[in-house]
Amino acid sequence: MKQRKMCVHLYVSLIVLLSVIVSGCGKASDTASDKNENIELLNVSYDPTREFYAAYNELFCKYWKEKSGKDVTITQSHGGSGSQARSVIEGNEADVVTLALAHDITAIEESGMIDRGWLSEFDGNSSPYTSTIVFLVRKGNEKNIHDWNDLVKDGVEVITPNPKTSGGACWNFLAAWAYQQAQDGADEELTKAFMKNLYQNVLVLDTGARGATNTFVENGQGDVLIAWENEAYLSIKEYPDDYEIITPSISILAQPSVAIVDSNVEEHGTRETAEAYLEYLYSDEAQRLAGNHYYRPSKENILKEFSEQFDLNMNLVTIEDFGGWDEAYRIYFDDGAIFDQIYED
Amino acid sequence: MKEKKRNYDQDVVGDGINTIQKVLEPVNGTSNNIVKYMLIGVCMLFLFLMLVLPLIVVIVNALKDGWTVYRKAVQNEYTIKALQLTLLATVSAVGINTIFGLFASFLLSKFYFKGRQLLATLIDIPFSISPVVAGLAFILTFGNIGWMGDFLKNHSIKIVFAVPGIILATIFVTFPFVFRELFPVMNAQGKDEEEAAALMGANGFTIFRRITFPHIKWALLYGIILCAARAMGEFGAVSVISGHLRGKTNTLPLHVEILYNEFNTTEAFAVSSVLVILAVLILIAKNFVEWKKR
Amino acid sequence: MEQQIIKVKNKKGVKVIPGFGLSLGITFFMLSALILIPLVSIFISASQLSFQEFVNVITSRQIVSGYVVSLSCAFFAALINAVFGLMLAWVLVRYNFPGKRLADGLIELPFALPTAVAGISLTYLYSDKGWIGSLFGKAGIKIAYTRIGITLAMIFVGIPFVVRAVQPVLEKLDRQYEEAAMMLGASRTYTFFRVVLPELFPALLAGFGLAFARGIGEYGSVVFIAGNLPYKTQIAPLLIISKLEQYKYADATAIALVLLLISFLLMLFINSLQIYMQKFIGT
Repeated sequence: MKQRKMCVHLYVSLIVLLSVIVSGCGKASDTASDKNENIELLNVSYDPTREFYAAYNELFCKYWKEKSGKDVTITQSHGGSGSQARSVIEGNEADVVTLALAHDITAIEESGMIDRGWLSEFDGNSSPYTSTIVFLVRKGNEKNIHDWNDLVKDGVEVITPNPKTSGGACWNFLAAWAYQQAQDGADEELTKAFMKNLYQNVLVLDTGARGATNTFVENGQGDVLIAWENEAYLSIKEYPDDYEIITPSISILAQPSVAIVDSNVEEHGTRETAEAYLEYLYSDEAQRLAGNHYYRPSKENILKEFSEQFDLNMNLVTIEDFGGWDEAYRIYFDDGAIFDQIYED
Repeated sequence: MKEKKRNYDQDVVGDGINTIQKVLEPVNGTSNNIVKYMLIGVCMLFLFLMLVLPLIVVIVNALKDGWTVYRKAVQNEYTIKALQLTLLATVSAVGINTIFGLFASFLLSKFYFKGRQLLATLIDIPFSISPVVAGLAFILTFGNIGWMGDFLKNHSIKIVFAVPGIILATIFVTFPFVFRELFPVMNAQGKDEEEAAALMGANGFTIFRRITFPHIKWALLYGIILCAARAMGEFGAVSVISGHLRGKTNTLPLHVEILYNEFNTTEAFAVSSVLVILAVLILIAKNFVEWKKR
Repeated sequence: MEQQIIKVKNKKGVKVIPGFGLSLGITFFMLSALILIPLVSIFISASQLSFQEFVNVITSRQIVSGYVVSLSCAFFAALINAVFGLMLAWVLVRYNFPGKRLADGLIELPFALPTAVAGISLTYLYSDKGWIGSLFGKAGIKIAYTRIGITLAMIFVGIPFVVRAVQPVLEKLDRQYEEAAMMLGASRTYTFFRVVLPELFPALLAGFGLAFARGIGEYGSVVFIAGNLPYKTQIAPLLIISKLEQYKYADATAIALVLLLISFLLMLFINSLQIYMQKFIGT
């Protein structure tokens, strides 16, 4: 009997304790954001930029301390580009967004949080660094892959993410499309057939670029990964003996875009710092840092410093050749558009 | 004719004795043993393939680069912060859901009223919802685009992409766990004992404490353990609602994903192993309580 | 003897036990505040579509194939879980063997392990380069990146449901019935199927239902092992995500609503059956 009573008491006190903890923590989290001496910036970015921004934030904090005397704390958030943009629309209070493609920032603009004309706010279509799409193959390149047309051969297993869930994969798709358009004299039906063959060779259609890289590298699936150039270099750096990079004859200039989230910086009073944060991405130091993290610096003179690292002779189309992102998304990736069509029957 | 009948009777009696022996000393029956070991064998194989091997994968990969890397990953500032948040969410979820589970299962098993089935099914809804949709539901309620969004913004209350949202999402996905464990046991127990006590004049709390509770304490413990385990490991719903703010709204599972996506596979598995260790701690606590009982 | 064989039915509406109002109040308040309010938002969002649009969304070929993949894989996973869960509960309750405690504790593991970690580990094991997958690979069976892989992940996340639903009931089950049945000459199999199983059936069914529902909604672990190819290995929750990525909230919630409805009806059926059987056994 006594034991039973004890048991009850134990449970009751446990529950009381829990509710105290919960209410206590609730209060603690409310007061934390009221301090104003220390400027806080939230940079909502996409997956492959983690390493770069970790280094860049350090650089910027030092620069900003020297210039304005203020301390700044930068919080990072990374994820798939599309879902990151969505979280900002839904209430994630980003001061700046640095995403994989302009299309995602346009979506935030449409919700009214970013003022129109953000694309020309910073140099080079607000892309402080660019990249391109290349192939990562296993050492020795047994399947003899050199260009896009090698990917449609029988028995070649391709890994690429799904354009419907991954911004990076849109670049992959468009790069392949651009290649085949050049071969077929822009015949859409022929290009579609080519794309169909290409995606029939796709073994795993991951939801994000990082997921695809992990499928290829960690799980050993597939013969070739269609990847961002910076991702490919990162894999080579991690496993120098296992992989090699193949640059196709035609690819696309992938332009990750940056923007200030106007409605949030107004609210936080952080506009000045946020502008400086993005502006400083174009400084020589930051550009070199981008290059060291395998992004192509957008400033010509810095890019030349990396001419040994990057194949600067690649034939790169841009998103403008597809009529801009809105147009491209409507034609290729919307529901029932070309990407859906090549998977039908 | 008579002879035959006698034999028949003897057979029945003999069979009966045999069975009694089997029941009383099940260890002695060889065929019984075969079934027993076969069952145990199949179950252990199943557990090994489905549970132990993935666990081994986690441990092997966590220690792949040696002990120092492991310790560094586990003692990382962000790991600790994520751990704190995970514990906070788990404790909240267990507390709230225990209170709810006790009341709801008492209500549904001791009283007959119209719509019981419907109510029981409503409670189960979080099981049927994809965690992703659960997270989305909170966004559509409390987020900028949600119908309570403007109200919250005007009163500068942050729910989604902040700690309260993570706690809410965790409570949501683990909501029915305690109830689910308690309900079948309370239901099987029936309500006659409680009715008798009530007729003898005991008050509600006494009835619960003295009659209902002793029947359900083990089920309650199971429920709490399930709830705690599930709350610690919740990924989908929290992932939608967290905003992935490093050091602020990252729970351990989200931190694991981030590390994995950073190509820090070893660290990712090391942090996963922290979750495994937490689960083991809960298991030890449970065993300790069970042992105390005997 | 927990199970009352004779039950005195009190008149409907007369509640002898106190605390009805309090329990009802608290249950309803918590249920509404924590579950129903967020849920209403899903309906509000989906109601932005006209009925025709709603039907168009949920009957498009890709979505339907997503439902088929999710439902069929979840069904088989729940079935396998029901069989093994019952066996596991039986073994854990009735037998003593070395390592029993450990095995018992392992059951909760799929909950504590984040689904993403589970997905990564299972893919690591069962892909054709993995420890187990390579064995099957030699036999020409691909597990990861097929529907078998999806089923496997769903089995993993659903294991605890059946075991933990059956276990408490089995522990409370009076052995006298079995002993009586066996003394009357029933074989062990007969005893199990005619005496034990009917007692366990409601709990087993509940466990099956929960595992099934969990499988339908599972996302985190499945995406890693699924391959995600349209019409082949794309699960319904992935399609929800894919709609969200295109900022089509209404479409996403429409797909979610159908999943929700399927699970809800299934659970309602199982709960009714459970309560009905309880009454049936009781009277």
